[in-house]
Amino acid sequence: MDPMEAIKQTFFQECDELLLAMEEGLIAMENGEADSEMINAVFRAVHSIKGGGGAFGFEVLVGFAHIFENVMDLIRSDKLNPTPDVVKVLLRAGDKLSDHVALARDGGADVQDAEVKEELNKLAGHSGEDEDEIGGEAAPSDFDGLAFFPVQIDIGDEAPAFLSLEPELPSWRIRFTPHAGLYAKANEPYLLIRELGMLGAIEVTPDLSAIPELIALESEQAYFTWNVVLHNCADRTKIEEVFEFVSGDCDLDISEIVPDAVVVEDVVEEVPDAPTSAVIVDLATAAEKKPAAAAATTAVEVVKSTIRVDLDKVDRLVNLVGELVITQAMLSQRILETTSAQSTIGTGLGELEHLLRELQEAVMAIRTQPVKSVFQRMPRLVRETAAQTGKEAHLEIEGEATEVDKTVIERLGEPLTHMIRNAIDHGLESPEDRIAAGKPAEGTVKLSAEHRGGRIVIEVSDDGRGINRAKVREKAVERGVIAANANLSDEEIDNLIFLPGFSTASQVSNISGRGVGLDVVRRNINDLGGRITISSVLGKGSKFSLTLPLTLAVLDGMIVAVGDQTFVLPLSHIVESLLPKQSDINAFGSTGMLLNVRGVYVPLISVGRLLNVRGANYDVTSSVVILVESEGIGRMALAVDGIIGQRQVVIKSFESNIGHIDGIAAATILGDGRVALILDIDGLVAGCREGVARPIEYQQAAGA
Amino acid sequence: MGKTILTVDDSRTMRDMLRLALSGAGHTVIQADDGVHGVEVLENAGLVDVIITDINMPRMDGYGFIEHVRRGSANKMTPILVLTTESEPAKKTRARDAGATGWIVKPFDPEKLLAAIRRVSP
Repeated sequence: MDPMEAIKQTFFQECDELLLAMEEGLIAMENGEADSEMINAVFRAVHSIKGGGGAFGFEVLVGFAHIFENVMDLIRSDKLNPTPDVVKVLLRAGDKLSDHVALARDGGADVQDAEVKEELNKLAGHSGEDEDEIGGEAAPSDFDGLAFFPVQIDIGDEAPAFLSLEPELPSWRIRFTPHAGLYAKANEPYLLIRELGMLGAIEVTPDLSAIPELIALESEQAYFTWNVVLHNCADRTKIEEVFEFVSGDCDLDISEIVPDAVVVEDVVEEVPDAPTSAVIVDLATAAEKKPAAAAATTAVEVVKSTIRVDLDKVDRLVNLVGELVITQAMLSQRILETTSAQSTIGTGLGELEHLLRELQEAVMAIRTQPVKSVFQRMPRLVRETAAQTGKEAHLEIEGEATEVDKTVIERLGEPLTHMIRNAIDHGLESPEDRIAAGKPAEGTVKLSAEHRGGRIVIEVSDDGRGINRAKVREKAVERGVIAANANLSDEEIDNLIFLPGFSTASQVSNISGRGVGLDVVRRNINDLGGRITISSVLGKGSKFSLTLPLTLAVLDGMIVAVGDQTFVLPLSHIVESLLPKQSDINAFGSTGMLLNVRGVYVPLISVGRLLNVRGANYDVTSSVVILVESEGIGRMALAVDGIIGQRQVVIKSFESNIGHIDGIAAATILGDGRVALILDIDGLVAGCREGVARPIEYQQAAGA
Repeated sequence: MGKTILTVDDSRTMRDMLRLALSGAGHTVIQADDGVHGVEVLENAGLVDVIITDINMPRMDGYGFIEHVRRGSANKMTPILVLTTESEPAKKTRARDAGATGWIVKPFDPEKLLAAIRRVSP
């Protein structure tokens, strides 16, 4: 890749991080918790975006960032008070800035920022006086305090032969007296004179008249003056540019030499007794005098606390470790088949297994990230949704440092976005209604994350009106989802809102009602191996809880035998396992069966029959029954031949090779090297619902 | 002749651009993320030929960093160039007061950068 293109990618990555930091800082400001470092961080973020944007010629972005930066600069230097109103403008400016970055990256329509720009300019203008003050601190004029003494200058007839060529361009006389400060800032007259030499032929004469007696000589004082005659240089500004860095730290006089005359502007009088000696500076030898600074430094490495690694590399590592775990399991099994478990080999294998488990956890940890990256997109969402719906909402975030696998994080954005929109659009009341209900006009939406029992729990709650169960029920009846006389618990009614096409909003708004319902949220979460639940109190608010696995690379599963095959059932779906009594099994229809589990009837399905497994025991009365629960459809009893054990398995997706197969989620490799399919409970159950015991196209998958 | 150049900037984009421009010209580049880091890196690196530093950085800004270097490190006399976004006289003055040798205005092209280095280092 073109290196500049690569840096541009880096720039956009960095922009994303900077925008997050900015957002974080602005939110802290909004809550009145920002210290000066946070305000500075916001300033720096805007500043860096502007700087990088300039390097790539994103002028519109730079223009906007510049105005934004000005306002932040006033705030950080205490010249503008970040009142809530000011912070509101800043938040909106932050949103626009991220739009600008997106525009620079992806193209698209121009950002409508005129209004925000105007407000920012107004903020900057309010403190106009202060701005003048900043300007007033400008650098002292370059030529202030020119107090040089006259010296004799050697020009004219004695000019060396090469100079006597008829110059086409003007010649200049430059008198340059460095101050001590020039040296203290590590400037070097030699280099400046060398630079002059690049503009044209030069003739340099040092004036040593200011050097005191040795006894009075101070090593850090400056005593030299350099007289330079520069030939054949068209432009005075070029000369001034050479001295740009040292203006203020030297006396400098530049004057054009008028041909055939010694008359010069700012005439310098001759001082007869000043000692002078003319030298043409030999640039090459002077260069050698300068010590070549420590070559040893070349080997220095910068120590960094983080590195960036391509995700592919990490995934390869995860995969390899997964293979390693499998190989180890196979090895153990083979060895233990032939030796006693008590042997030293057995102990060694145990240790190996333990180490590998640790290694696997460590590798998985590389892929984890704080949920912060997703959570931080939400404040903007809340602001925008609130503005669009005419609600007032405030977002509280907790546990944003909670870490979870990157894949989970990436797929969390969409469901969270929808849930938060839903909380504001459907959950919160209008400000008037809230006040009437004795609540503050501004509603609170709370987003939190925490680790609980090896899973991550994310909650979205609001203090709005809660679920109106009567209304939900009415709607459900109207849509034919439930029978008019159905007897449903509160929980069951609440869960109706997850059904496809269910929306209680009387009017379809473009916020939540864009054809994507909570059913999609639930499907997204289920796809991640998670579950979603809701609890709600009328008038007090609702709370959605998501529980998700920390990683999608391994799974805790129950290994079951069905005929000559081995299957894995995700442990998260399993409620219990039991040995059914003949009397508990009831026929239902022609092929269906129901199992009486302590008085509750659940559909009973023989996995062997469902999947047409060779040699499977179709007689459910002698099977082991595993009771599973599916978010979508509820409980179901699966009959299998036997339970082999419970194990963490490495998930091997085969969707990219074979495609999606109903009822099968993925595969894994067991300790004995055999491939076992991981069952997708939802898919299985859905398959059964469509046509009871419809055989799933499974043979084909197993044969592949 | 390649020089050893330390760049101090909190922006990864800017660090990458500096590295590209400088190592392309045959210089050895060492980099630090902010002033505090810069001081640490310098302690290990010893004498370098040129230091290029940003001004707005977390932990220790460019002014603080320059002052620290000038106050008495091995690199007391090392030329320091400051990166500024536009020609802001106030910032330049402050940087110079802290002891900066010169400045580079962002966005820079590699030529401008190398010219500024040439002006402060042989």
